[in-house]
Amino acid sequence: MRITQGTFSHLPDLSDEEIAQQVQYALGNGWPLSIEFTDDPHPRNNYWDMWGLPMFDLADAAGVLYELNQCRAAYPDRYIRINAYDASLGRQTTALSFIVNRPAEEPGFRLDRLPGPDRRVQYVAHGYASDRPAGQRYTSPG
Amino acid sequence: MSQRWGAGVIPYAEMGYWQPDYQPKDTDVLAAFRITPQPGVPPEEAGAAVAGESSTATWTVVWTDRLSAYEHYQAKCYRVEPVPGAEGQFIAYIAYDLDLFEEGSIANLTSSIIGNVFGFKALRALRLEDMRIPTHYVKTFQGPAHGIVMEREYLNVYGRPLLGATVKPKLGLSARNYGRVVYEALRGGLDFTKDDENINSQPFMRWRDRFLFCMEGVNKAQAETGEIKGHYLNVTAGTMEAMYERAELARELGSIIVMIDLTIGYTAIQSMAAWARRNGVLLHLHRAGHSTYTRQKNHGVSFRVISKWMRLAGVDHIHAGTVVGKLEGDPNSVAGFYDTLRLDKIGADPVKGLYFDQDWASMPGVMPVASGGIHAGQMHQLLHHLGEDVVLQFGGGTIGHPMGIAAGARANRVALQAMIKARNEGRDYLAEGPDILRAAAKHSRELEVALSTWGEVSFTYESTDTPDVVATPTMV
Repeated sequence: MRITQGTFSHLPDLSDEEIAQQVQYALGNGWPLSIEFTDDPHPRNNYWDMWGLPMFDLADAAGVLYELNQCRAAYPDRYIRINAYDASLGRQTTALSFIVNRPAEEPGFRLDRLPGPDRRVQYVAHGYASDRPAGQRYTSPG
Repeated sequence: MSQRWGAGVIPYAEMGYWQPDYQPKDTDVLAAFRITPQPGVPPEEAGAAVAGESSTATWTVVWTDRLSAYEHYQAKCYRVEPVPGAEGQFIAYIAYDLDLFEEGSIANLTSSIIGNVFGFKALRALRLEDMRIPTHYVKTFQGPAHGIVMEREYLNVYGRPLLGATVKPKLGLSARNYGRVVYEALRGGLDFTKDDENINSQPFMRWRDRFLFCMEGVNKAQAETGEIKGHYLNVTAGTMEAMYERAELARELGSIIVMIDLTIGYTAIQSMAAWARRNGVLLHLHRAGHSTYTRQKNHGVSFRVISKWMRLAGVDHIHAGTVVGKLEGDPNSVAGFYDTLRLDKIGADPVKGLYFDQDWASMPGVMPVASGGIHAGQMHQLLHHLGEDVVLQFGGGTIGHPMGIAAGARANRVALQAMIKARNEGRDYLAEGPDILRAAAKHSRELEVALSTWGEVSFTYESTDTPDVVATPTMV
């Protein structure tokens, strides 16, 4: 399966040049960028690991791409996303967020169903990869 | 003075309801009415009559006025201006002291402002065009249960409009078939699916069965995409007790959103907004019935006023027009509705039909919903007219796709993401829209088929509700 979180996940994966254009758009709006990575892409996992602090003072797309490639080199088989943050009054939230790296294989989620009374069912989306310890989830065994 | 208090009937203007020198206070509630006086009735008298009948007056002099500080409670018509190009019509500006209204009650506000006066014989027609709600009054309302920012953080969706679809046919599907449409549309790429306004609990599908099957579809789609999904479960019912019962089950089943219709009434809407805030569930409002009083330009209540009332009342979503779809919606007027719902400080702008400045004092925004006759081929126009904080709902444009519902959903999602990407890259996406879509369709058979099915379908009829073209009157 292909996890479709993020602003551009239904398009072909963005090239570095295309990523730089999106970063430039964010910088043009005064939105600092940040990079996050995870091996637990559950839809309710809000807090991916931070690749350093948000780059508040970085005004150059090439610098963001450099950091991204450092992160990719360290975690080639994790999900990595770039976020742009809008700190203006009334927003103070993420303005853009898109995935820029994925594991080679995405096993996705199993849906567990727990039947209850009155025909109710409790649902749990269970990540296949999250059965393994953090850090070993998307690396091929052996 | 003796003349003022003599028994009998004297003009409203002479009773203190016409005060051309009055300077509105920052705390006053202001209203702009479009009045069409009967022949022979001077516009100032008609404006004064509206002020009088929407505040303290009755048709004759009453001595009991003198037992109160009546001048404080009288609404004051302080300006009347002819409407350019519309003979016999005038805009009357009226100021109401804050003391006239109960805190946090849309029912009380509307019983005053539109309670009696619309049937007044001295007027041929009357329309409430706009209101300025002072921040002092704004702060007595809860406002949106969650608002645009919280909704985005809840859904983990940023940088693009949200996508939805109303399940069709709106009536007649069994619960199991209905849930199939929900599942297919969500797994294909939509964020939301939606009950229609008249799906409540009918013999062909009872509410509880619908809720159970829809939540199976929602959860299955979440697991297949890794995204948060929702279905607006319509809890509209005959009594508050029944609505609470339905909303409680939706909450227990894990639905992130419930839905109500405008027809349930202002007080019921405020009650459901409080429930939604308390329970962490988003609240969608369908504006069922509004066109009976919002559409005609000379009589009724403008939708920009309804937008203000609903932001105060506390809904998270409201249908507010598409511009390019099948339902009424002049581009400038719709822009005025969207500004009213989404922005914090809004300046008067006659082009958008906004008569007053409005300051929401950081009350969260309401997410507008565009629904009715829109499709993927219009994506550039939709983004241009409606912006990013909006739910685009493609009902027929999803479910009518020749390759199936999930394909229809995917076509919409691909079209949207391609358009956002092009916009961010600095392209002139409005002019290049069709090219951008065709290029995106090279990677998406679903979009290619959608474009060849609906192509350039559009609904071009003249709008009835448009701002008065000539830039009018200085605004307060």
